[in-house]
Amino acid sequence: MTADLKPSVNAWLAAGVGLAALSAISLCIGVGDMPPTGLWSDPQALQLLLVSRLPRTLAALLAGAGLAIAGLVMQILARNRFVEPTTAGTGQSAAFGILIATLLFPSASLAWKTVLASVAALAGTSLFLAVAHRLPPTQPFLVALFGLVYGGVVGAAVTFVAWQADLLQFLEIWTTGEFSGVLRGRYEILWVTAAAVALAWWIADRLTIASLGRDASVGLGLNYRRVVQLGLVIVSIISALSVVVVGMIPFVGLVVPNLVSRSLGDNLSAALPRVAATGAALVLSCDIVGRLIRYPYEIPVGTVLGVVGAGLFLWILFGRAQRV
Amino acid sequence: MIEIEQVSLRYRDAKILQDVNLTLPKGGLTALIGPNGAGKSSLLSLIARLQPLQSGRIRVDGLPVDTTPSRQLARTLAILRQDAGVASRLRVRELVGFGRFPHNGGRIDDADRALIDKALRQFELEEFADRFLDTLSGGQRQRALVAMTFCQGTGYMLLDEPLNNLDMFFARQLMRHLRAAVEQQNRTVIVVLHDVNHAAVYADRIVAMKAGRIVADGAPADVLRPDVLADVFGYAIEVTEVAGKPFVLHHL
Repeated sequence: MTADLKPSVNAWLAAGVGLAALSAISLCIGVGDMPPTGLWSDPQALQLLLVSRLPRTLAALLAGAGLAIAGLVMQILARNRFVEPTTAGTGQSAAFGILIATLLFPSASLAWKTVLASVAALAGTSLFLAVAHRLPPTQPFLVALFGLVYGGVVGAAVTFVAWQADLLQFLEIWTTGEFSGVLRGRYEILWVTAAAVALAWWIADRLTIASLGRDASVGLGLNYRRVVQLGLVIVSIISALSVVVVGMIPFVGLVVPNLVSRSLGDNLSAALPRVAATGAALVLSCDIVGRLIRYPYEIPVGTVLGVVGAGLFLWILFGRAQRV
Repeated sequence: MIEIEQVSLRYRDAKILQDVNLTLPKGGLTALIGPNGAGKSSLLSLIARLQPLQSGRIRVDGLPVDTTPSRQLARTLAILRQDAGVASRLRVRELVGFGRFPHNGGRIDDADRALIDKALRQFELEEFADRFLDTLSGGQRQRALVAMTFCQGTGYMLLDEPLNNLDMFFARQLMRHLRAAVEQQNRTVIVVLHDVNHAAVYADRIVAMKAGRIVADGAPADVLRPDVLADVFGYAIEVTEVAGKPFVLHHL
């Protein structure tokens, strides 16, 4: 809001160049042979680019940006820095929704499964928030802890139902984030994530005021309930899309908002683009690492992020302790 | 004018407020005093529509607080809560700037910027303007919150124990700023105070509450009397006079 123009222009440039470089690397890496120079002469190489590499790269960027924003919004709604959708029950609820969709309407399209997953995620997250707001604000770790337990319970219920229905293999696909199955025609629905991120940016000031708490929000004339509802919709849709298309990717929603907050603070109109760009860059780099580390085999991006994210999270915690 | 008619509030079986009637004309500084749990904060949050009205009526400047659009009310009345703990990492200037939100919906123009700068200057926050709130002391943060409340630029300001965390210098300075807002801008200020001696010097009127009722109401010299204070606070308190104002020896 009050950030000077020049540094922000530089930051935009740096973010743009960085993301473009990562995308270029991502487009060049894969088992299939695709020399960049032969793209125009070799129809097969072009085909490979358009059907596999480009969708995969776009999916990683979209999912990364979306998950980081979903984590940010969730932290505002819960007024707690240590929650994120993949651990606090949103992702698990979304998986529950897909499971139900698969059981009851096996022929449903990807879009319909996403809708059901979103509805389930919305219900699951609303319940989490309803409980989280009743916990004493003097004990911030209680909210995070409750989120972990709640996510674990919902996750266990999902596993139980999947086991009963002999669908455990499908469950594995939804709960392990990876991009190797992303092809043209199977990822386009992720663009809805971009719309959800845009919505978050549009209401950035209102979300920042909501982070001051209900009383301060009402005092400033904000419709607090409406903002919370919109935030819930943003979190649920992004989480559901991510689970449906690529599976659960941990830590992005947790570490990225915390990292950005350290330098830029919590004024969303300034921080939100940076959170989205950082999330996109983090997920895409982890996917690239996962593709290279055992080339020509792949390690799922969820596994790579499990390691990288945990390291980043520890760094945030200890860096925080040093500052105080 | 703030009109409070027959307002009662219950929380489960506890009666927080009982048949409160109070009319505060436009302009003037009113201090709310009383022991803990008297209902002062509840009354303030009902006037500021932070809680739903259970019974009775409250109007601010003729606007019924339960039916007027919240945004319109936010341009008429500002409230600073006592426990306004801000967990967000905002810069002081950003926080104060959100005081303009009811007027600009988030688009800050030059007029807003001038008002923000004025509020920062008024509360000597310029050197902290670009620091994050969580790097400030409790008193500096409290001043930032007060500055935001001033910056909202409303005709009515409600402040719940604004002197919390402030040292003597800034406590006195805040009371003088409130006085100036009343005298120079004809604003109406209601402030919950625990230090009755601040009320004695700066308030036009003192309303004393106890157990959810108003038990005394009048000019400082009429309320800050040993018999009234003993009734409100439950122990014998001596009152002398310093510089022509009542001086309550509540600590002896």
